[in-house]
Parts: sequence; structure tokens; C-alpha cells
Amino acid sequence: MSLLDIFKRRSSAPVARERLQVLLAYERRNRSQPDLVSILREEIMAVIAKHVQIDQDYLQVSMDRGETMSTLEIDIQIPNKSARPLAMAG
Amino acid sequence: MGKVVVVTSGKGGVGKTTSTAALGAAVAKTGKKVALVDFDVGLRNLDLIMGAERRVVFDLVNVIQGSAKLSQALIRDKRVETLFLLPASQTRDKDALTEEGVGEVIDKLRSVFDYVFCDSPAGIERGAQLAMRFADEAVIVTNPEVSSVRDSDRIIGLLDARTLRAEQGEQIAKHVLVTRYDAARAARGEMLSIDDVLEILSTPLLGIIPESQDVLRASNLGSPVTLSEPLNAAAKAYLDAARRLEGEDLPVVVPFERKGFLDRLLGRRAA
Repeated sequence: MSLLDIFKRRSSAPVARERLQVLLAYERRNRSQPDLVSILREEIMAVIAKHVQIDQDYLQVSMDRGETMSTLEIDIQIPNKSARPLAMAG
Repeated sequence: MGKVVVVTSGKGGVGKTTSTAALGAAVAKTGKKVALVDFDVGLRNLDLIMGAERRVVFDLVNVIQGSAKLSQALIRDKRVETLFLLPASQTRDKDALTEEGVGEVIDKLRSVFDYVFCDSPAGIERGAQLAMRFADEAVIVTNPEVSSVRDSDRIIGLLDARTLRAEQGEQIAKHVLVTRYDAARAARGEMLSIDDVLEILSTPLLGIIPESQDVLRASNLGSPVTLSEPLNAAAKAYLDAARRLEGEDLPVVVPFERKGFLDRLLGRRAA
């Protein structure tokens, strides 16, 4: 980076404007259901709990919002039976 | 019947209380009867900005709970005789405000005053919702900065959904008041421009208050800037905004800063 680059630093206001436009377009659409992620988390948890015993802490739900498409990521860790402490088996 | 104006923002520290005091005093100076109501229960500050902190005896909660009359709680300004303040209480109990109680107080004020300015607490909780509940108009105080604009957008959504007027299918008139605007930084593309803010919020502009040391000075002295230094740029901007609030068709001039020598030399572009 040359000295001139430091002075010519790209103006940040257009970035701010763009980020706000994307974010607010999303937030306005979702005002009626503000916390989709936590609702999904709860319902997914309930379905899984019917079949497997898992800990709340081992369920991660995250959302990555893009301009045209969003990704919902669900990460569930199910403990293996073999991982149980030996004492319990005896 | 007087007009009820809520001064709100969502985000804290953007200048709600300062703007309530400055706009209220500006309107009162024209001879209109003005009441300023502090809704920030537990963290009142309008009394301090107005320089009336040592004259508070009763407050909004006392009036709602019936332990004081409205006329006893209203503090008359020492500089402008048509300007009054109804302070918030310092008790921590936010539930002291009931919708019914607030509605009664606002109705009484509306029948006596030309303008009732409700200084909203920050946030979107109960206090902020009660401050806007009975409003006819809203002044949304916004800094040209991402978090403030986002919160303003949220507040605009609430104004359109949770106010009595909105629920009755009527319009609530909304105006954006941009505060702490730094023309030089906007020209260098370091700060959201007025056009950016208005385009994003798609709400009409009430005024642009330039960043000014005199605003802090006025707070230090306990006097609205429109009273203590009416010739200052920020005060003038507030006085103009107050005239627009009263319906005058006064064009807004965006503060302009000529590009500095260095900016031109280095070809820095404005946003």
C-alpha cells in the first residue's frame, strides 16, 4: 500500500447505504414474524426430542442472509451410545 | 384541540431530549402554548436540559396515580411564559405508566395546549410505545449513521402499527429530523448523506441539524439552544424545523461544505 492509497481511502458511506438497504429490505419483510430462527430452533428440537435424547446445547441453528437467497444451517450433535460412561453399562 | 407530537428514535443518544427542548421552545417563542412531557421514567433528563431540575416537585407518575393535579406538576419555563414542562419520575417502576392514565393526561394537555411534545425514552419497550401511543405526528430523530438509521426504520414500523391513530386506520404524520450532521464528512463520503437517509427511510425531512458545539454548551447551561443562542447554525436549523412542523412550506437547505484543497488534489470522491 502506497502512501497515496492511505489518503485515497475509499469512501465508506456508499458501503453503509448498501448494507442498510439489504438489511432493511429483509427486516421489513419479516416484521410480522421477527424471530423465525428461534421458532425453527424450538420446533426442530421438539421433533428430534421425540426420537433421540439430545441436549439443547448440541443444537445450533443459524441463518446466513444473502440478497437473493438465504441459507439455514442446522447442526445437531447426537451422542453415540458407545460414548456413555462405562459405569452406567455395568 | 392541540397537536400531540412524539419525539422518538429507537436508538439512544441521538438527540431526542435536546430536540424536544429546542423544538418546543422554538414553537413556544411564537406565542403558542407548548407542553413538553418527559416519558423517560426512571431516567428523566428533560428537566435538566430545560434548566428546571431544581423546580421539580411532582411528576407524570404522580399525576397518573392521582397524588398530584396536572396543574401542580406542570413547571412553567422562566424564559418563555407559554412553555411548560411535565417531568418524568425518578422511581424505577416503569409499570407506573398505564395506557389509560397516559391517555387521560394527554387528553387534558391537548385541551389546554396548542402543542404537546412527548419526549420518548430510547428502545421499543413499553415506555417508548406509550410515548407514541396518542401522537398525531412523530419526529424521528436520526443520526447519519447505520445503527441509528436501522432503529429509525424500526420505529417507523411501530408508528404505523401501534399508535392509536394507526389502529383507527388514520395516518400519523412522520418527519425525519437528521441531527449531528457533518457536512464536511458527508462531502468526503465518510458519512451517509441526507439523500441516503431519506431514500432508505422514505419519510419526509423536517430539518437538518448540523453538528455543533453550541448544542452541548446549551445543555451545560440548561437552556434550549433555540433560546440561548438563536443565531447559532444549529439553533437556526431547529427554528426552521419548528416552522415546518407548524405547517410552513420552508425548503430545507442541505448544509454545504466546499471540498478542501487536499480532497481536490487527491481526487477524493463524494458519495
